[in-house]
Amino acid sequence: MIAGSALTETEADAADLAVRLRGVTKTYDTGVTALGPLDLAVKRGEFVALLGPSGCGKSTALRLIAGLSAPSSGTVEVNSHGAARRGSHPIGFVFQEPTLMPWASVRDNVRLPFKLAHAARNDADARIDEALDQVGLVEFASAYPRELSGGMKMRVSLARALVTDPDILLMDEPFAALDEITRFRLNNDLLSLWRNLHKTVIFVTHSVFESVYLSQRVIVMTARPGRIGTEFRITAAEPRGEEFRTSAEYAAFCREVSNAMAPSYAGQAGA
Amino acid sequence: MKSPQHIVRFLAPVAVFAAGILLWEAIVRINDIKPYVLPDPLLVLKTLVGDWPVLSQSLGVTLLTTLEGFIAAALGGIALALLFNQSKWLEYSLFPYAVILQVTPVIAIAPLLLIYLQQGTAVIVCAWIVAFFPVLSNTTLGLNSVDRNLAGLFQLYGASRLQTLLFLKLPAALPYILAGLRIAGGLSLIGAVVAEIAAGSAGAGSGLAFRIAESGYRLNIPRMFAALLLLSVAGIVIYGVLALISHLLLRRWHESALGKES
Repeated sequence: MIAGSALTETEADAADLAVRLRGVTKTYDTGVTALGPLDLAVKRGEFVALLGPSGCGKSTALRLIAGLSAPSSGTVEVNSHGAARRGSHPIGFVFQEPTLMPWASVRDNVRLPFKLAHAARNDADARIDEALDQVGLVEFASAYPRELSGGMKMRVSLARALVTDPDILLMDEPFAALDEITRFRLNNDLLSLWRNLHKTVIFVTHSVFESVYLSQRVIVMTARPGRIGTEFRITAAEPRGEEFRTSAEYAAFCREVSNAMAPSYAGQAGA
Repeated sequence: MKSPQHIVRFLAPVAVFAAGILLWEAIVRINDIKPYVLPDPLLVLKTLVGDWPVLSQSLGVTLLTTLEGFIAAALGGIALALLFNQSKWLEYSLFPYAVILQVTPVIAIAPLLLIYLQQGTAVIVCAWIVAFFPVLSNTTLGLNSVDRNLAGLFQLYGASRLQTLLFLKLPAALPYILAGLRIAGGLSLIGAVVAEIAAGSAGAGSGLAFRIAESGYRLNIPRMFAALLLLSVAGIVIYGVLALISHLLLRRWHESALGKES
C-alpha cells in the first residue's frame, strides 16, 4: 500500500513528464548551498507534494521550475503541451501570500497575465469569467483586495494562476497563512479543480496532513541543502473528501510520513 | 458619523484660535499699543480688505511662482527617481549632490542665484531646490518597496521593463510619491518666499514676501500682518488640496486612506 522507494522511470515514461530536474543545485552568492543535488520527475497530471522543514529549499526548487531563478548546476526541463497562443502561459504560480495588486480590482488582478501578453480583450474577458467561476468569485469581480477575506484573496491568486490555462500549477505553501477551516475548504476546492482540469500540480508545504490529504505522491525533503529523502505514494481512492480526512487510512499515511520527517527535526536547533 | 469625539476634535482648535485672537485684542487695548508696533486683529482684517487690490495681486504672483516651482519639483523629483531606479550607476553618481543641495540652506543660495539668473527664474529655481528632494527620496523609496513576489510574477509572465515600471512600480510607489508631493507643496511656497525676501527691495517682484519686506521698511505693520495671514492661508490651502487629491487617488485601496471601520 505504501511505497517507500524512489521512482524509477523507463524511457516510455519520459515523454509523459511535465517537469524533470536533473542534478539541480542552487548556491547563493553568500556561498550557502540551498538545494541539491536534486533529481525530480513529475508526470503529466500528477499531484505532487514537496514536504520539508523551513529552509530546506523547497521554495527554491519551485522558483527554479518556474524559471524565476537559474540553477547553479544541473538542468530544469518543463514540457508544455499548450500551443503558444497569445496570452497562454505554461506555468501558473501561487505564492504563500495572495500577492495581489492592491490598487487593482479582482478582475484586473486576474487579467494581469493577459495584460502583460498584450492579449485581445475579448478572449481575455471570457477566460477571466471562467477562472473567477472556477474559484467561486464571480460576484466579487469588481471588489478590491482589501475588501476580501484571506481565503478569498487566495482564491483570486488561484484564479490568476488558472486564467492562462497552464499545464503546470506551482504552489508555494499557498494556504499556510489561513485558518484551518478555510484551509480545509480550499483543499477540497483545489482537489476538485485538479480532478476537473487535469493540471500537473507541485505543491510545497510543511504540513504532513495537507500533503497526505492532497497529493498522489509526497516527497519528503531533507534539511539544507535540500535533497529528496523519502517518497510516498498516497494510494487512497479518488475522489477524496472529508470522509478521507477522518479515515484510519489517512491517519496511517500521516504517521508514515511523519516518521520520515523525524530526522529533519530530531536534534536540530533553530531549524 | 458625527460622534462627540469628532466634534471635540473640530471645536478644540477653533476654541484655541478664538482665545488667541481675544488675548491679542485684549493685550493691545489694555496696554494701548500703537498700530505701528502691534495692530489689533480687527485692524489686520480691515487692512486685508482695504489693501485687497494690492495684496491679491501679490498673492497671485507668489502662488504662480509656487506652482511653477512645485511642478518643476514634482517632475524633476519623479524623473530623477525613475532614472536612479533604472540605473544604479546614475544613482551612485548623482545622489550625493541631491543631498548636498538639500542640506545647504536655501536662504544662503538665493542671493547667488539672484546674481546669475533673472529674478523670476531665480525664484522658481529656489522653490525647486527646496521642494524636489522629498519628491525624489519618497519616489525612490516607493519604487524600491515593490513586493518581491509580485515582481517575480511579472517576470514569470514575461513583462517588459516598461510594463513592470508602468503596471507595477509606479502604482506601488504612488502612495509614497503623493506623500512626497504633499511635503513639496508647502516647501515650494517657502522656497518662493525665501527668494522674494532675498531679492528684497532691490527686486522687481511684487509677491507677498516682497510686500512684507516693503511694508516693514515703511512701518506699515498692519499690512505686514495681512500679507503674513495670506501666506499662511495659502500654505494651508496648498496642503489641503494636495491631501484631498491624495485621498481621492488612494481611497479605494491604500491603508492610509481607509477609515477605522474597515
